Amino acid sequence: MTGGGERERSMVPRAEFRSYYGRPILKRPTWKVPDVPGYLFLGGTAGASATMAAVAELTGRRELAGAGRWVAAGASVAGVAALVHDLGRPERFAHMLRVLKPTSPLSVGSWILAPFSTLATASAASQATGRLPGLGRFAGFGSGVLGPAMCTYTAVLLSDTAVPAWHEAYPELPYVFAGSALTGAAGAALLCAPRADHGPPIRMGLLGTAMELAALHRVERRLGLVGEPYVTGRPGRLLTLSKALVVAGAGLSLVSGRRAAPLLAGGAYLAAGLCTRFGIFAAGIASAQDPVYVVTPQRQGLGAAGLP
Amino acid sequence: MTSDRNRLSGPLADPTADAGYPDTHPPRMGFFTDTSVCIGCKACQVACKEWNLVPAETGELDLLGQSFDNTGALSANNWRHVAFIEQTVTPDRPPVDLGMPAIGPPAGDASDAGDGQVRWLMSSDVCKHCTHAACLDVCPTGSLFRTEFGTVVVQEDICNGCGYCVPACPYGVIDIRPGDGRAFKCTLCYDRLGAGREPACAQACPTDSIQFGPLEELRERADLRVTELHERGVDEARLYGRDPQDGVGGDGAFFLLLDEPEVYGLPPDPVVTTRDLPSMWRHAATAAVGVAVSVALSFLERGALERRKP
Ligand code: SF4
Repeated sequence: MTGGGERERSMVPRAEFRSYYGRPILKRPTWKVPDVPGYLFLGGTAGASATMAAVAELTGRRELAGAGRWVAAGASVAGVAALVHDLGRPERFAHMLRVLKPTSPLSVGSWILAPFSTLATASAASQATGRLPGLGRFAGFGSGVLGPAMCTYTAVLLSDTAVPAWHEAYPELPYVFAGSALTGAAGAALLCAPRADHGPPIRMGLLGTAMELAALHRVERRLGLVGEPYVTGRPGRLLTLSKALVVAGAGLSLVSGRRAAPLLAGGAYLAAGLCTRFGIFAAGIASAQDPVYVVTPQRQGLGAAGLP
Repeated sequence: MTSDRNRLSGPLADPTADAGYPDTHPPRMGFFTDTSVCIGCKACQVACKEWNLVPAETGELDLLGQSFDNTGALSANNWRHVAFIEQTVTPDRPPVDLGMPAIGPPAGDASDAGDGQVRWLMSSDVCKHCTHAACLDVCPTGSLFRTEFGTVVVQEDICNGCGYCVPACPYGVIDIRPGDGRAFKCTLCYDRLGAGREPACAQACPTDSIQFGPLEELRERADLRVTELHERGVDEARLYGRDPQDGVGGDGAFFLLLDEPEVYGLPPDPVVTTRDLPSMWRHAATAAVGVAVSVALSFLERGALERRKP
């Protein structure tokens, strides 16, 4: 196991690999781009924003709480719209709630997303209209409690597939998404909240940056051949860009005294979040389309014992 | 008998009972595809399409240039797929005279004897009707279900078109039908089974390469066949998907192959992804706690709680 993609590639025993005319063994995931990776980003940002808003409310940072509620409601509504577009018809989203099936992360996720987006939207609506403030606050806390689940369940959604790069990364992906959700919510808050309230989002962004970078680093180091799509080609470039942007966001958020710095930091964080989700999504597709990522690890017995 | 572990992976004697059917359910039915007698006629593909009214491929005839295979892979519109593999082999024993018309120079012409014999492998692939079917596990609506015969079938009328089954299948079988949006795959002719008939492909197969029956019987038959082939010196004969200890708990449709599985486009050692689901949720829960703690830590500062009372 090495850190660099280049060195890793030369270690890969491709010579022994046989296939049926080089055709993929797995089917290409049919989830649409940008709908699904876009949803991963929106859902994570919404989730962490709702939690931030709830804690801000508890600590008396009313304006930060307000901004967080707006972001949570806006991003979750946009996320639901993306999913409806992916499914093709609006009533299909309702059909997702027909049953609760514990073995299906999509079913469990629908039961997290539906109440979360309802509560987040309700609290933002109450805030906008000034009506039912008590219920609005309650809805805000409810969405804040569900928020962390919104950030990480999507990692299980991707990992619970036969797609090698997603499945084998299941111990790390939730932390990548959690870190990225924290920086996303921090970025949105840096853009929307008043300057006096920037302390908490700045610290959230730093914690998120550390979490995401550490988890991504472990994915690249631990997975060996199956981790290759994370460091090569288009997904590799997206993830490199994401890492650069998140570091830039963290650095800029610490610059004081310049008006543009928080705005640039916020923009960098949000762009990083998009790059992370699109990069991870694309890495999975790449690993499903090349039979080497199915055959070689299974031959080496890594498919069965992927964990250290 | 069924521990929680067996519900998601590992050997499982009776997936039908595990799915909640009463003890009176019929035996688990399946396919044993003996590729050593497949002649590549594609009668199974045709019979399947005709019986199940599977649409023709859209667009022009697609010639793949991959031997006689112009189907390529199983898909929403191809529930049987005959693979053709041409191999150049150096015979390590005198070839068995099958009394078939020979290819190449007549016997005795020694010009390039010894190397370069052509070997044909043909195999009719199909949905494996896994003991632990990932497609079924991840389906959020219950559209994919286990039948009383232990097979795995999509109920088209409630398929939501979410596509989760597609990347979940470790064999790349099930797919969304273009222009329709719902998922389709082999039903092991659920309608015919209900009427006491055998599936269309098995009935159409002229060499009995596709054998249909109770899975227990098929496994015994396959064991005998592989022993017989080994005795005849066909050392490369092996069963694929026969073993209830494998990563998917054994296949309801299993195969006798004459080379490594990947040569036929099959994964060498597939594992049902849901085996790791409990662990995935544990990691996600820990990471979610990480989010909550990080947010809370970010608000830790002097006077954070005093601020509440303006
Ligand atoms: S082979 Fe694929 S489609 Fe068939 S039962 Fe197994 S997981 Fe489902």
